[in-house]
Amino acid sequence: MSREPIIGVLALQGDVREHLEVLEQLGARVVQVRLPAHLAEVDALVIPGGESSVIDKLTRMFELAEPISDRIADGMPVLGTCAGLIMLANDLTDGIDGQRTFRSLDITVQRNAFGAQVDSFETEVNLPEVSPRPLRAAFIRAPIVTRVGEGVRVLGQLADGRIVAVQSGNVIGVSFHPEVEGETQLHEYFLGVVREHLT
Amino acid sequence: MAHTNEFGSDRVKRGLAEMLKGGVIMDVVTAEQAKIAEDAGAVAVMALERVPADIRAQGGVARMSDPDLIEQIIATVSIPVMAKARIGHFVEAQVLEHLKVDYIDESEVLSPADYVNHIDKWNFTVPFVCGATNLGEALRRINEGAAMIRSKGEAGTGDVSEATKHIRKINGEIRALTSMSPDELYVAAKELQAPYALVAEVASTGKLPVVLFTAGGVATPADAAMMMQLGADGVFVGSGIFKSGNPEARAKAIVKAVAQFEDASVITDASRGLGEAMVGINVSDLPAPHRLAERGW
Repeated sequence: MSREPIIGVLALQGDVREHLEVLEQLGARVVQVRLPAHLAEVDALVIPGGESSVIDKLTRMFELAEPISDRIADGMPVLGTCAGLIMLANDLTDGIDGQRTFRSLDITVQRNAFGAQVDSFETEVNLPEVSPRPLRAAFIRAPIVTRVGEGVRVLGQLADGRIVAVQSGNVIGVSFHPEVEGETQLHEYFLGVVREHLT
Repeated sequence: MAHTNEFGSDRVKRGLAEMLKGGVIMDVVTAEQAKIAEDAGAVAVMALERVPADIRAQGGVARMSDPDLIEQIIATVSIPVMAKARIGHFVEAQVLEHLKVDYIDESEVLSPADYVNHIDKWNFTVPFVCGATNLGEALRRINEGAAMIRSKGEAGTGDVSEATKHIRKINGEIRALTSMSPDELYVAAKELQAPYALVAEVASTGKLPVVLFTAGGVATPADAAMMMQLGADGVFVGSGIFKSGNPEARAKAIVKAVAQFEDASVITDASRGLGEAMVGINVSDLPAPHRLAERGW
């Protein structure tokens, strides 16, 4: 490998700080992506948790939606958590009127699938390809994956079988927040995907 | 293999506030306003019966909103819905939790129900946000279980000066703690009237253990961006939107300015052609008993 990859974190709204902290802890070079010029500098992108309807509006307002979608189609590795998973999905149920996504992953995602904040929870999720031990995960007004298209691999499910982590090529999406728990394995796995892509 | 789910933990309560960072939370008094706020890019709405400017104008005791209104707003939008309980009114909080609001604001904007005790927020699964004018007050609220803090400002005035004062004060006191030697933190805790463990935590991390928004008097995109540049994680806008000439355009413009709070060209653009801002009251013209920020301690 020729150089250390630069990882962008989409920094318009959401838990940007937590993702930056985990990536920095792993020694990654990070850039906050707020404008198209920032996107051009990065080798890979993390889409944080936040409010998906707001991230959608802001990426369109600042002309990032199309370039992000194009870069992902060209093979740029991307990791989305929670709202980030929603942003990656081809199809969305229970979005607000006119809500759009980058359409980078052939799945259907249901927004706010667990209900109100009092139904949010922490648990452990088995992601055998990512980590030998279960990851501590916060599900905060979280979405779930209700349909998985061809070529999309399920990385993790809840005990009741609901799908909460998927991967297709260089695109990884999870419905929970390992970064809120200070878990680093998923980001480490993502950095592995990025390095492999660059060689 | 089954794992137990843990509801209402610190991480889950504080976590929702983490997801709201970089966003604008808007006061709404009807389902129609809630829809306008959601469409404009609000990250959450605060459901209440009267905005602070009207509470101020009409006087009287201000209480929790009618459950019907809160339910209509929850049914209308899919972004998080917050609602206010009076300081110390733990039964209003029980009602709001029962209604499944996403966050409760134990708020000085309403008339306090207890002039001694705040709500014991650890007793709830739903998270709480509380106001603070300084670091000691913020840490006392966190010690009672608050999962998010907002600097108070002076609600319903459109005068941002108090919001500026409070966010500067909180962040200034945090910076002061980080420069102290460990043996000085005991006295600092005494002077802040805050638990030593929280004071020591802030001294070592250089930030509050929960998200810090700002509130009270924010009326323009530039006001909101200034709060962000002063270190707020996000902004509450109360009367500033729906008491202005063009709420929809102003709401969108404030969202835009907060997302790019360091970019003067975006803030300039967002400030153009918004029509009348809310009329506003200078805080210095308010007699002391009418200053809401002095409620809570």
